[in-house]
Amino acid sequence: MPVAFLNFMEVTMNGLMAGVLYALVALGFVLIYKASGIFNYAQGVMALFSALTLVGIMEGQVPFSHLINALLGTEIHHFGWHINAFFGILFTMVVMVGLAYCVQRFVFRHLVGQEPIILFMATIGLAYFMEGLGDLMWGSDIKTLAVGLPQGGSFAIEDLTATWAAEGERYYGMYIDQLDIVATVVAAILVIALVLFAQYTKQGRAMRAVADDHQAALSVGISLNFIWVLVWSLAGFVAIVAGVMWGAKSGVQFSLSLIALKALPVLMLGGFTSIPGAIVGGLIIGVGEKLFEYQFGPMLGGATENWFAYVLALLFLVFRPQGLFGEKIIERV
Amino acid sequence: MLDAGHTEEALLEVNNIEVIYNHVILVLKGVSLSVPKGGITALLGGNGAGKTTTLKAISSLLQSERGEVTKGSIHYRGERLEGLDPAGLVKKGVIQVMEGRHCFEHLTVEENLLTGAYTRSGAEVARDLEMVYEYFPRLRERRKSQAGYTSGGEQQMVAIGRALMSKPETILLDEPSMGLAPQLVEEIFGIVKSLNENEGVTFLLAEQNTNVALRYAHYGYILESGRIVMDGPAADLRENPDVKEFYLGMSDDGRKSFRDVRSYRRRKRWLS
Ligand SMILES: Nc1ncnc2c1ncn2[C@@H]1O[C@H](COP(=O)(O)OP(=O)(O)O)[C@@H](O)[C@H]1O
Ligand SMILES: [Mg+2]
Repeated sequence: MPVAFLNFMEVTMNGLMAGVLYALVALGFVLIYKASGIFNYAQGVMALFSALTLVGIMEGQVPFSHLINALLGTEIHHFGWHINAFFGILFTMVVMVGLAYCVQRFVFRHLVGQEPIILFMATIGLAYFMEGLGDLMWGSDIKTLAVGLPQGGSFAIEDLTATWAAEGERYYGMYIDQLDIVATVVAAILVIALVLFAQYTKQGRAMRAVADDHQAALSVGISLNFIWVLVWSLAGFVAIVAGVMWGAKSGVQFSLSLIALKALPVLMLGGFTSIPGAIVGGLIIGVGEKLFEYQFGPMLGGATENWFAYVLALLFLVFRPQGLFGEKIIERV
Repeated sequence: MLDAGHTEEALLEVNNIEVIYNHVILVLKGVSLSVPKGGITALLGGNGAGKTTTLKAISSLLQSERGEVTKGSIHYRGERLEGLDPAGLVKKGVIQVMEGRHCFEHLTVEENLLTGAYTRSGAEVARDLEMVYEYFPRLRERRKSQAGYTSGGEQQMVAIGRALMSKPETILLDEPSMGLAPQLVEEIFGIVKSLNENEGVTFLLAEQNTNVALRYAHYGYILESGRIVMDGPAADLRENPDVKEFYLGMSDDGRKSFRDVRSYRRRKRWLS
């Protein structure tokens, strides 16, 4: 194979892997939006918050220790134990479900039937509240997340692909980050699990029913409050995975919450209400932005990844406002 | 045949309820009615009379519409219903089929039916699905279609079938005839009648289509501006000259045009 083609393949692979994570974050938005009409601005902060919580739990940090020490004059910081990643993630899931319950119970339950813009504003408030809460609980220093994920490139893939180049060409094999591979696999599993859940379980069906018609869902005995806690919990699980993957890559700090910005163009492309749209949209954007950067980046001064996705999504908005797979609005009288 | 609703054992008893929307709009001004077990009871009245509000007060769907029962009481099998949420009512065996059908458009017909069994679990669900398909063979043919793409009549069947999947004792059926061709209306009412006779389902039926409703119901109440203005066995109501004139569009000197009846009605009201 010619080297140019191998490079193209490498870029595409990297794009696909980034795309799966984008798809995952976008799914977090879609779940909540479909079931409650709320565009959850706090999705990114939820990822940050879950990563902070995971680090805190694994390190045995005492939550709110600054506050406790300031009030009681004590000097506690650590419980003095370490918990492994598996149980850490399990506990974090419990925390995210608790958070989902509180968000529903104390915020959105009181806003039922309000205008979408008011609900949106409430999620902005929620985002900043959670950012502060995360700092208050776990401190605001940058943390490293060591959940035992592999770092660096995969030698296996490098060695394997090095032999693919044509005779006599200088080619050293593809560089594929091991962490990316793990992230892709985990994200793909979660995406598939979410789709199966929505499609084939009783609660998943109820979730889609609520998305279609609140009143009718109520009339058959579905509890809206329960479904909303459920979707916020699922969005919380999505946030954990996104938080762990991004956190392992670049540390747990505020910028982690910006991954939500990567999901926006995916939503514009795939439609806000479509699960397959989020998946395909994520992949298209992931591959598109990497290939574009590879082909035209040097010509355009680089860093095209910052804006390419948005431009692509804008084009889509102009020509197909409901998105790639946005649910057709069925109108029938 | 059940004729006199009052003498039968009352399953559902609505006693002098008042409903207010948004804390200010008084819509029901003291409605009382009684639904006997195993009967079809019709709640008749024109647009805006308060039929839907009455059904929602019973099924407790008012809560989500900023409506509130401010006076009176509702009893089901002797127990007060206030304070229960719709899910609680469904578990007690009371389910509402909403006006305008309200299918889950993006779910298939079969998924729609299955959501009706949300509060239940176990093997009987599959059996009841079979039962629903027997009453509505058309739904079996269309079970894999998205409900949003089925016809109005089929959607009405989905809505009724979905309610049946909760294994209800009582169905509150709101305007099943709305927007359907006369032939379909007869078909739907025929199925309601056989569900009533064969499965023992009790119906409280809100209808503007007085003519059809009084042919299938056993007992009827007529609601006007949030008050019950008349009630009686369906057969008597059909023969009542006022009902004939105002709701069946007939009078002794033959059929009157709808517009005549309406302008006449503006001058003459029953109560008030
Ligand atoms: N959610 C609501 N908020 C305020 N007023 C309402 C609401 N729903 C119905 N109404 C009013 O209550 C009255 C009765 O309505 P409804 O019960 O729907 O009558 P019907 O079903 O007999 O047509 C109407 O005047 C209607 O405008
Ligand atoms: Mg009505």
